[in-house]
Amino acid sequence: MLRVEGLRAWYGEATVLRDVALTVAPGEVVTLVGRNGAGKSTLLRCLMGLHAGQRGTVTLDGRDLGSLPAHRRARLGLGWVPDDRGAYASLTVTENLTLPPAVGPNPWPLARVYESFPVLHERRDSAATQLSGGEQQMLALARVLRMGARLLLCDEPTEGLAPLLVARVGDIIRQVRDQGTAVLLVEQNLRFATGVADRHHLLAEGRVVETLRNEEVRERESELLTYLGI
Amino acid sequence: MSSFLQHTFDGLVSGAFLALLALGLAVIFGMLRVVNFAHGAFYMLGAVGTYLLLTEFGVPFWWALLIVPVALGVLGMGVERAFVHRLARLDPLYNFLLTFGLTLVLQDLVKLRYGTQSSPYATPSALAGTVDFGLFDFPAYRVFVLAFAVVACVAVWWLLGHTRVGMVVRAATERPELSRALGIDVGRWVMPVFGFGIALAGVAGVLAAPMRAVNPLMGADLVIVVFAVVVIGGLGSIFGSVAAGFGIGLVQAWGESYLDQWPIVAQTSVFVIMAAVLLWRPAGLFGREEAPA
Repeated sequence: MLRVEGLRAWYGEATVLRDVALTVAPGEVVTLVGRNGAGKSTLLRCLMGLHAGQRGTVTLDGRDLGSLPAHRRARLGLGWVPDDRGAYASLTVTENLTLPPAVGPNPWPLARVYESFPVLHERRDSAATQLSGGEQQMLALARVLRMGARLLLCDEPTEGLAPLLVARVGDIIRQVRDQGTAVLLVEQNLRFATGVADRHHLLAEGRVVETLRNEEVRERESELLTYLGI
Repeated sequence: MSSFLQHTFDGLVSGAFLALLALGLAVIFGMLRVVNFAHGAFYMLGAVGTYLLLTEFGVPFWWALLIVPVALGVLGMGVERAFVHRLARLDPLYNFLLTFGLTLVLQDLVKLRYGTQSSPYATPSALAGTVDFGLFDFPAYRVFVLAFAVVACVAVWWLLGHTRVGMVVRAATERPELSRALGIDVGRWVMPVFGFGIALAGVAGVLAAPMRAVNPLMGADLVIVVFAVVVIGGLGSIFGSVAAGFGIGLVQAWGESYLDQWPIVAQTSVFVIMAAVLLWRPAGLFGREEAPA
């Protein structure tokens, strides 16, 4: 469904991504692993159309996203879960959820969102930034599900979460995968990554240098952890 | 006691103008990140327009209160598309300079045609008398100005807080990039929001015509105070701008009455308060620290 070819991205003089190629199939969960500063977040921002300095081809279901602005990409079914969780302080929890338009074939009704995330229902009238970090993460995921996004771009959704919440995020990702939604996940937690994903793209020196299956990640775990500097 | 209430009332009335102007400035800044220096000039155009509608076309005050803000809103949208929009990608300083230049152009165009003399504008006959509040009488027109401004501010607050449009504007104001990534066409709202802010300046201008001297420079000094108000309230904070507008109106009125032997103190009090607020809370009383993009 998503195909990236020859993607180059830069900030001023500094090139971050040299030549990235990757694919994500419908209902597939794919991770991006790499050291800090390898350009993982930049890659997601490129896909979302938020990064100005980029060249290359990005297609979604065969449609060239080319120079489409971010809001058009969102309306084609890309759901961004930013690394800072993207909670609006000036919007209530409910408003955070209902702000984006429904874009996909099966947007979750608000009732279903609240059924799956009871804590968001309890805090529905609070300002979103008053939620705990974990709750804000749930909110960011719930928001793109309510949009009905077909491809989620999740930037470190487990970062800083307690183990119980990490497991909960894993459940959600498996659940949306089973309904046919694809997920491109930036992740440093390899145990978590192999638990939810099918394939893993290792990003280094501005390229996808290796694509690993779950077994390969498990076999080479200590080598990868050393490489990632964790 | 009654003189204190008199000063307080006067302060609230001049605060009403500050609040309306600061509100428009805050809405524009929130959405565009542009500090619209020309806000005072649009306020002046509102008053001059009201005057001209009456003298040239015989259009009375009440019609002016409808026509002038709408016309200025449309003019504002035109200015946004023709000028402000073109500089949107550059440092916000460029748009500040642009609107500063626009201020000079607008002031001089009015000066060229009508001179610098102040023109009197009669209070609308329905509001000519005074309202008896027991201890004292207030001019009916000023009571009307205060009530109208309060209603307008509450209406804008409600619009922003309780409608879909308001939610989108709040979201786009707080985090424009995230909002785009969530499928909101932020750019579509820029022109109407700019026009709306200018229309609010127009409302203030119309209300000013019967009680303040109508001349090309009437907005020039006021806009400086309005900037201080917006900074005190918190750049981009709707509630803060309105609250600070009324608050500064009161401070000025009290200062002018009770510190009349030290006019310097009264005149500079606004800026002293602004400096103190900036030291204590750099984001303003009701402002938020800028969130990362």
